[in-house]
Amino acid sequence: MNEIARITACRPESHDTKTLDLDIEFKAKGGQFVMVWLPGVDEVPMSLSSVGRTKSITIKTVGCATNAFCALKEGDMIGVRGPYGNGFSIKKNEKVLAVAGGVGIASLIPVIRDTGADTIIGARTRKDVLMEDEIKEYSKNVWVSTDDGSYGFSGNAVQLMKEAVIRNVYDLVIGCGPEIMLYHLHKACVEAGVECQLSLERYMKCGAGLCGSCVMDGMRVCEDGPVFNTAQISKMKEFGKMKLDASGTRVKL
Amino acid sequence: MNILGTHIGTLKLDRPGMVASGIMDETGDSMARMFSLGAGAVVTKSIGSERRDGHPNPTFIELPYGYVNAMGLPNPGIDNFGDEIAAAAKAGIIIGSVFASSPKEFASLSEKMESYGVSAVELNLSCPHAKGYGIEMGTDVKMVHSIVSKVKDSVKIPVYAKLTPNTHMLTEIGKAVQDAGGDAIVAINTLKAMVIAPEFAMPVLSNRFGGLSGPAVRPVGVRAVYDLRSVLDIPLIGVGGICGWRDAAEYIMAGACAFQVGSALGMNINALGDINKGLKRFMKEYGYSSIEKMVGAAHE
Repeated sequence: MNEIARITACRPESHDTKTLDLDIEFKAKGGQFVMVWLPGVDEVPMSLSSVGRTKSITIKTVGCATNAFCALKEGDMIGVRGPYGNGFSIKKNEKVLAVAGGVGIASLIPVIRDTGADTIIGARTRKDVLMEDEIKEYSKNVWVSTDDGSYGFSGNAVQLMKEAVIRNVYDLVIGCGPEIMLYHLHKACVEAGVECQLSLERYMKCGAGLCGSCVMDGMRVCEDGPVFNTAQISKMKEFGKMKLDASGTRVKL
Repeated sequence: MNILGTHIGTLKLDRPGMVASGIMDETGDSMARMFSLGAGAVVTKSIGSERRDGHPNPTFIELPYGYVNAMGLPNPGIDNFGDEIAAAAKAGIIIGSVFASSPKEFASLSEKMESYGVSAVELNLSCPHAKGYGIEMGTDVKMVHSIVSKVKDSVKIPVYAKLTPNTHMLTEIGKAVQDAGGDAIVAINTLKAMVIAPEFAMPVLSNRFGGLSGPAVRPVGVRAVYDLRSVLDIPLIGVGGICGWRDAAEYIMAGACAFQVGSALGMNINALGDINKGLKRFMKEYGYSSIEKMVGAAHE
């Protein structure tokens, strides 16, 4: 449903990433998202980074709209509709490994809080590492990778994941991040024989399963996803290859 | 015998429900998927001559009784849409929706649609939220006549006109479609609407106004089909707020030989399959041996 929500708190997660707490009432689960409207600027899909009594979204400044979102302060109002999408589905006692690339951690953090899943935080460089201290409160094993080797493992999150699944036994890998990372993560999970659930992203208009602007191989990222499992992703020809732009034209990734 | 079989003039459908334009019809794969979920045909997104992004977000609002949208006719342009139709047409009957700003442009888009392999074209004379298109053409009786005539002269496949309820001249416009040789009428498109966020003292949609769809518009659509049936002989396709089999039956009894489902698919992608099952049960129980026997049953 469409609602107008007040921002009740706002805290920095890094030099360019912020979490906003929202005063809004609905039931949600980890991996679901909302369409967030900043009047006069834009309306964009954002993962819920808290799904308890307080809901929150975590935003990285990447362009004009996210810049305006990051400038919001406590007490400001924004439009919120949702929650939309399926979310992650974790069975009781499943041993989970969470693999995040950049601000992709936002959609995984509710599951990490719930399950204490081992976590790999992938970042470009040291100052981009998100939520490490918080995750250490819930998870026994937290590993960090940076592309430039300035902190933690030198390399990407998928390389770290390949090592982690050799040393530990996991029932499920959950992941969210840039599509190129998820492409390799899916491949690595198939090779290692570990089931995965990955949260995918596409340009969205309605967010509610109607317009088809976010479809991948006929599946709606907003309503059938955004979380897809190994078998569903294996069938996708467009995953990691192409997407639809605002006009519905196919463009290469 | 297939009790759900129907025909729109010469076009035979083995199931009476179609996916309405603008819903799950961006790609060949998404259209093909809908046949496996109960669709008798799928209408494409409205396609124009040029690639178009549509209006900026917000383009969509959820209400307890329906949706208001102002997508603004986003589409990849006719020249980029042939592959999508080719892929979808392998799975079932595709109806190509087109929008344009002149009879000539409607005709050239329809010719391309025909060459891509669609079974009929649906002329969008009713989009309420894109300047220069849709409703601006579709509420001018003379213009409607000349668009339909021009398209009829240009293609061999059936030509359907999708009309707007945002007019007091619906039956006159319907007559113009029939007089110009139109093969069927699709009614209704969305109702022009606006939602304001009081906290911001501004309309929510970036386009300010849009079109209302969903259960709220159903009685308007049923009335429109009933009125059109009373004055026209050509087939009617009912659309507007159909969620379940009762809603579909209302449109059929008002005079439609087929129907389209849009908004309901957001909440229930299996809506068409569910409607087919319910209609079949109802028809058996009430002694309707075919859809044709039900068409217009509410008229005396």
